Amino acid sequence: MFRNNYDNDSVTFSPQGRIFQVEYAAEAVKQGSVVVGIASKTHAVLVAIKRNAEELSSYQKKLFPIDEHVGIAIAGLTSDARVLSNFMKQQCLGHRLTYGRNMPVRTLVDMIGSKAQINTQHYGKRPYGVGLLVAGVDEQGPHLFEFQPSGMTEEMVAFAIGARSQMARTYLEKNIDKFADCGREELVRHGLRALKESLVQDRELTVDNTSVGVAGAVKVDDGSTKVEPFQVYDQQDVAAWIESVADDKEGGAGAGEGEGEGEGEGMEVDS
Amino acid sequence: MDHRPQAWGRPRDDVYGAYDASYLQTNGPKTATQSPIVTGTSVIAIKFKDGVVMAADNLASYGSLARFTDVKRLRPFLSTSIVGFGGDVSDMQFLDRHLNELAIDEAYEHESTATTDTDSPSKTGQLNAANLHKYLSKLMYRRRSDFDPLWNQVLVAGFDAHAKPFLASVDLRGTTFTSPSLATGFGAMLAQPIMRRFAATEEDAAALTREQAVDVVKECMKVLFYRDARSLDRYSIAVVTKDGVELSEDEQLEKQSWAFAERIRGYGTQVV
Repeated sequence: MFRNNYDNDSVTFSPQGRIFQVEYAAEAVKQGSVVVGIASKTHAVLVAIKRNAEELSSYQKKLFPIDEHVGIAIAGLTSDARVLSNFMKQQCLGHRLTYGRNMPVRTLVDMIGSKAQINTQHYGKRPYGVGLLVAGVDEQGPHLFEFQPSGMTEEMVAFAIGARSQMARTYLEKNIDKFADCGREELVRHGLRALKESLVQDRELTVDNTSVGVAGAVKVDDGSTKVEPFQVYDQQDVAAWIESVADDKEGGAGAGEGEGEGEGEGMEVDS
Repeated sequence: MDHRPQAWGRPRDDVYGAYDASYLQTNGPKTATQSPIVTGTSVIAIKFKDGVVMAADNLASYGSLARFTDVKRLRPFLSTSIVGFGGDVSDMQFLDRHLNELAIDEAYEHESTATTDTDSPSKTGQLNAANLHKYLSKLMYRRRSDFDPLWNQVLVAGFDAHAKPFLASVDLRGTTFTSPSLATGFGAMLAQPIMRRFAATEEDAAALTREQAVDVVKECMKVLFYRDARSLDRYSIAVVTKDGVELSEDEQLEKQSWAFAERIRGYGTQVV
């Protein structure tokens, strides 16, 4: 009956010092399908598995362009992601209008971090039920950031969030030293291999369920950097990449014991 | 003697007469700045091969009175750009404080990455002169649209995103333009023609050396002191290059020659 008195709102600590609403929001992220992001010295890539609610339905988008130079990958409640994505788009546009430049990625990520944190400290509000990987390029080069519903943001070399993402992270940890000097194509392949680690037994990457997003900053001779705008690739555009990682076993993580989180029941999350 | 608290600190009616309340505006529209009060005169700037030179004198006039003679009207921004202010000095001080805040915020945002490149003063990703000019133009335009303009014309010098010398202007209406040489106020009439002789086009400016550019600017400051009645012979001069900003705020005009003054006829004290 009185199982938990401390999870009614996000402003009350439990006696153990936990805020359950925020932890539940983090659970929502684990229910979304897996997304992987990697940054090298020249590129930042996002790759994602899309899910369809049923055989006859279409696949839910996982990657969204924000501005010329930034894109996000989402895991969790799609509708909450839409709110954050709209906010990010507006901020980027506003920054471009007032300063005439691309918004630095860290500045953008800090903004959604503050926005999400406020929700964890006001009675009657709830945390966002979505985690993001934010990939982009600015004057400092490529960046990858993780964003959590708690408002935590952190710059990453490579990361994966979503269902069964532990296996993907294990792959990324094994190969972390290779990423910095990877070219564009090789980085995408690493992403797809990490993604494959997270797949359940009889599922595989197809042109229907795989999305790839790439942004780049390529040094030009005169010392300036040329931005390769963030672009999402779907369907036939990812066929060659999927083919290229079809049957290689490189870095195959020993089918790790994940977190045993599995596919969640009940809550409707981004299918 | 009236000891009532209402009367404390007030001029006595029996001595000075009743207070004339008609000086207090009790109705009518809200009126923001209608005209500048304490003003700075021209700012001049010219591009050269690898940077920009800017100068402005150190005078703040109150009408035609040379009221303050030690006012610094050039200010560096993030030690990569220079902003020069003509027009109202109090609005300049407002902008100065505002830009200080902006610079601090910008420095904090790039704190973690600032250590990566050591030799260049311009931390990659920090607001450059082109970004700053864009921002100021939006600020000035917003204020004029609120019918509360910042009564300045501002020159911004530094480098753009492609590391090319950058020089542009924005005025109290938010109007912007750019040119190899720029001047505000009287300088637009008196100094600009001289600077154009040396830098009519971007190609001309790209051929100028630093020494040439500094000489042209110093010559222009001299002409301005000769012919602009709101000017001073003490001035500030700044040189922006890739190595940063060199700002000298107490220069004295040299090698003045007033011989030409004798030949001026037609106004002033002399009768024909």
